[in-house]
Amino acid sequence: MPTHPMLEYLWIVPLLPLLGSAVNGIFGAKWPNKIVNSVALGSTGLSFLAALEAVREFFESGQVLFHKEFFTWIAAGNFRAGFDLQMDQLTVVMVLVVTGVGWLIHVYATGYMAHEGGYYRFFSYLNLFMFFMLILVLAANYVLLFVGWEGVGLSSYLLIGFYFLKKSAADAGKKAFIVNRIGDFGFMLGMFLLFKTFGTLDFVQLFAKADPWPAEVMGHLGTFTIACLLLFMGACGKSAQLPLYVWLPDAMEGPTPVSALIHAATMVTAGVYVVARSHILFAHAPTAMLVVAIVGCATAFFAATIGLVQTDIKRVLAYSTVSQLGYMFLACGVGAFSAGIFHLMTHAFFKALLFLAAGSVIHAMGGEQDMSRMGGLSKKIRWTYLTMLTATLAIAGFPPFAGFFSKDSILLSAFQSEYGGRNVGYALYAFGLATALLTAFYMFRLIFLTFHGKQRYDEHHVHVHESPGNMLAPLMMLAVLSIVGGWFAAPAFLPGGTDYFTKFLQPVFGGLELAGAEAEAYSLELWLAGIAFVIALAGAVVAYWVYLKRPEKADGFAKSLKPAYTTLLNKYYVDELYAAVVVKPLLWISTNVLWKVADVAGIDGAVNGIAEGATAIGDGVRHTQSGNTRSYAVWVVVGALVVIAVILFWPSSGKPVLGMVH
Amino acid sequence: MVPTNYYVILSAILFGLGVFAFVFKRNIITIFMSIELMLNAVNLAFVAFSQALGKLDGQVFVLFVIVVAAAEAAVGLGIIILIARNRQTLNVERVDLLKL
Repeated sequence: MPTHPMLEYLWIVPLLPLLGSAVNGIFGAKWPNKIVNSVALGSTGLSFLAALEAVREFFESGQVLFHKEFFTWIAAGNFRAGFDLQMDQLTVVMVLVVTGVGWLIHVYATGYMAHEGGYYRFFSYLNLFMFFMLILVLAANYVLLFVGWEGVGLSSYLLIGFYFLKKSAADAGKKAFIVNRIGDFGFMLGMFLLFKTFGTLDFVQLFAKADPWPAEVMGHLGTFTIACLLLFMGACGKSAQLPLYVWLPDAMEGPTPVSALIHAATMVTAGVYVVARSHILFAHAPTAMLVVAIVGCATAFFAATIGLVQTDIKRVLAYSTVSQLGYMFLACGVGAFSAGIFHLMTHAFFKALLFLAAGSVIHAMGGEQDMSRMGGLSKKIRWTYLTMLTATLAIAGFPPFAGFFSKDSILLSAFQSEYGGRNVGYALYAFGLATALLTAFYMFRLIFLTFHGKQRYDEHHVHVHESPGNMLAPLMMLAVLSIVGGWFAAPAFLPGGTDYFTKFLQPVFGGLELAGAEAEAYSLELWLAGIAFVIALAGAVVAYWVYLKRPEKADGFAKSLKPAYTTLLNKYYVDELYAAVVVKPLLWISTNVLWKVADVAGIDGAVNGIAEGATAIGDGVRHTQSGNTRSYAVWVVVGALVVIAVILFWPSSGKPVLGMVH
Repeated sequence: MVPTNYYVILSAILFGLGVFAFVFKRNIITIFMSIELMLNAVNLAFVAFSQALGKLDGQVFVLFVIVVAAAEAAVGLGIIILIARNRQTLNVERVDLLKL
């Protein structure tokens, strides 16, 4: 018996959901929902417990990094990619978030999906997603990580298109898959470049080789910068950053638990995880860091502005997710990787909660998602309201909720950023702060439109009812996490206090942190936190004034800013722009070049041409078969004469001719 | 002693006559006989070379050829009888069902 059995058999953690997926997928069709439930919840629950035990053993053993090679998957020349898993503090955070939040969402889904067709299929896909996500975060090399990366993309595609009879859902699934392909292309190129440069894709070896290299200068496109930018391109696709964010809002076509688990809490954070995991490479490429920070900041602001005017409750949350992911990249880009991961964790709590609560609202309204047909629900679905309010306070950044601490540490890091000069840092901070204002505004707009004000639905048609216990329980647990989840980093506010989360991740991110250890940093941090709080409060108050106090003003406000309002409502026409610039030309090339020239003329032409040639030759030669025996005899004689002539008169005498020996 | 040349030339003439008859005759029995003529022309060449080179191989071959020719004659005559019965003719020009 090994001293740390669970660590030695770490593969059990991802394998359990895979088993659950296979069992439900193969046998589930004939089973009642109860058995499907116990398989799905059992496999993910056990996986969570196994992960907990592995984490406990990891800390007990006191290692900095646990790394184990289970078997070699690909070996070719000096290239080796193995089924190797590793565990360090970063993995610990990710694994616990994935399995823990994942399990809660599974529980919620048993209530939410209870009356849907394809129940077993849903849980089979959801478990499959858990498997791939765990492979992604546990992988010890880029190749295995990429397996998980593509696998979660596949599960995402399957789940977005879960209602595949609906055309918009099927289209959204395809859009997500294809947009991600663009990013994955860059990711693969990045891997190739890293392998070419360092000869390995194993995290430990690669980072050990990369570390002693000197950092590249700002503005110089060296190997590190290009590799990091390519990896970041993949991250942009998966984590829905500019310009590849367009798939995420459409992905809301999937069932709400899917939006919560995949498109808010876990999968979309994979890009942030990859950037954080590759932090040693990024540290060598300040240009790439600056790009990451700017893209993150721009996305955060851009998506938040779109979120201001959307009326579909899930779409508001989708743009909010894009915006918050931008925050995480902003943190990574200014070198505050632990702040980014911290926000990833708190975001997983409160955004999953927001989606699940939104799902509960939709459930209560009998499928209605349009906020303009809700209103005044707070009394009727009390628990949903309270939990959603908790999450809103958390995301808007009110102390002492989780989002306050994580967002604050990101803004502080942006303020102190030295990549590209102090002014860039101040600009990033300003946009981050503006985004915080917008966030508070659109989140409270959502709350006020949904839960307060006049009732705007027809009570005879909609029977509003609170959700069952198995949906409310996960909401409450996530609400608790949304409150306490930020306290790990909280003591940093107190002079002499310690940011436990940053300290926790110290073995992974090392001295890279721009941790303001000096005393003056504390007062700065307190100042910035105060500003952020005032900003959040301002956003909430404006939302209150516009949507509750003077609802008639909201329309007038929209009218007075008509061009801006329509632009936002149409999401800056980005989808239309992509359709015109990318999709239309591609379709044209596909139709007129690939289809009509390459396929019809080239491939079909070759195949049909060979067949037609054979027919023509046969047509010509068949006249030699006359049926007259004597004409055959003539052919035999002629053939014999030719053979004799060749033997006698072939110029290269002395050598065997036609296999005959002289 | 007769030189080997003579035998070989005689063999070639007989073979040529066989080929000529095979190609130009219409009666199926005549064609059959011309095949026998060619076979025996070759036999003559074998025996001649066997004697000239002092080896027995040629004569052994001749015996084989005679045996095979006998078997072939049995089968061939059987076919000819069937054709004669079915088609009331021995003209090969009229036995052309296999043409396209």
